[in-house]
Amino acid sequence: MSLWYAICDALPFEMLSWQFMRNALLAILIMAPLFGLLSTMIVTGRMSFFSDALGHSAFTGIAIGCICGAAMPTLVAVTFSVVFALAFSYVRSRSNQAADTLIGVFSSAAVALGIFVATLGGGSFTKYNSYLIGDILSVTPGEIGLLLAVLAGVIVFWCLHINRLTLTAVHPQLASSRGVPVKRSQALFTVAIAVVVTLSISSVGLLILNSLLVLPSAAARNVTRSLKEYTLVSVGFAYGAGILGLICSYYLGCSAGAAISLLLALVFAVTFALRSLRS
Amino acid sequence: MRSIVHGGSCGDSCCLRIEKLGVRIGAEEILHDISLHVHCGQLVAIIGPNGAGKSTLLKAILGQQEHSGSIRFSTPGERDRKMRIGYVPQSPAFDPGDPISVEDLFVCCLYKRPAFLGASKAMRERILECLDRVHAKDLLRKRVGTLSGGELQRVLLALALEPVPNLLILDEPLSGVDVEGISTLMDMLDELRRDYDLSIMMTTHDFSALRRYADQVVLVERQILRLGTPEEVLSSPEFYSAFHMKGDGTT
Repeated sequence: MSLWYAICDALPFEMLSWQFMRNALLAILIMAPLFGLLSTMIVTGRMSFFSDALGHSAFTGIAIGCICGAAMPTLVAVTFSVVFALAFSYVRSRSNQAADTLIGVFSSAAVALGIFVATLGGGSFTKYNSYLIGDILSVTPGEIGLLLAVLAGVIVFWCLHINRLTLTAVHPQLASSRGVPVKRSQALFTVAIAVVVTLSISSVGLLILNSLLVLPSAAARNVTRSLKEYTLVSVGFAYGAGILGLICSYYLGCSAGAAISLLLALVFAVTFALRSLRS
Repeated sequence: MRSIVHGGSCGDSCCLRIEKLGVRIGAEEILHDISLHVHCGQLVAIIGPNGAGKSTLLKAILGQQEHSGSIRFSTPGERDRKMRIGYVPQSPAFDPGDPISVEDLFVCCLYKRPAFLGASKAMRERILECLDRVHAKDLLRKRVGTLSGGELQRVLLALALEPVPNLLILDEPLSGVDVEGISTLMDMLDELRRDYDLSIMMTTHDFSALRRYADQVVLVERQILRLGTPEEVLSSPEFYSAFHMKGDGTT
């Protein structure tokens, strides 16, 4: 961290004289490639709504962890999310209902369970608000370290599995004929999202997490023609909106998460217009 | 033309031997007592009404469907060997919005290098060689979701041919392809099986194409109703009955 602070000292930006801004900027620099990468697969695999549901289930896991007095609520939350993701994958593969219906079922149940557990015995729900809205400006060096570890894990996972995951997402039958274990690949990816979402939610909150998991690649799809372009542009949009959103929040005094999400939505609107003009 | 498909014994020259194959999903019997021998280098068409179990039969051969009975592969002098099967799936619908090029699809299928890094020069040359087999080099940079039915079938065929299989299975390759595309695709398959001595099994509803190109036709409706040359099967009472047609070809 001291190296990062030294770099910030050398930069001629007034906002970087505040330690919370330095931490937030570093967190953004790690989150952009992390979520920019993940979002490409989430959108291609039509799992945008699922990642949102996972965010809610992670919150439930944290609530259970806190109430049970577990030493590590994060561990309880990760376990709950992984079980949630695997249960969803199991039911999806054995149900004739549409995926979005099943996500609605699981999401509602998870949120209800979270609120039930959190308010059991007259408990207050207010202390969990930070997980729902989140605040990137209050991110701690420990949480940044965790994000960095998650990023390293995701990059390794990506390099090992991306080809199989892409094939499974775009054409399961073709993937299966090429020897890809389709169900195992799908389960592996849902577990990976569950772990990443749960570990990140306590640092950054649900709002920014979900916007970063869907919007960068949704916008990138409007203007790209290959996986390489798609990945680069998605990560680029996440970087651009992340840094610009942080600057906006500093000078306008608004929520950084909301500013980043709105900027990404604006990028989507612009790329959508570009695509429409082109066609 | 050699007679290559039959239910009897054929010594060592069979490429694929299916004996008493049955598929049951829940309480429903999808396929029953299918016995079929396919020789190397031949094109076999599987026909039947919708829901007759054609795709299920192909899935059983591909090892994607549990079944009773046996499926064995062999080439002359090599019995029960591991057969390399190329597969072109049915209705290969890609999302038109997916930013995945033909090159990306090949990288995902054939290589371990992460597709988001793009193809290396050597990989691209190999992919172009594969596409050249089906005269589709110009499609390398196109997005898979924007290909026409015929173009997509050629790309999937090029994928199924790498590595070159002993048996090529195509599920409804002619549906959604225009007349010119059908002719191009079938000429290509004809050329490929001669060049590589590979057996081809395909399901189709295009009776004029199979009359021209297939060596043998298998009429399936839960079981094998009729098996023989295109002329034999397409003029048989079983064929007319299965497709609810009168003897003059009208329905």
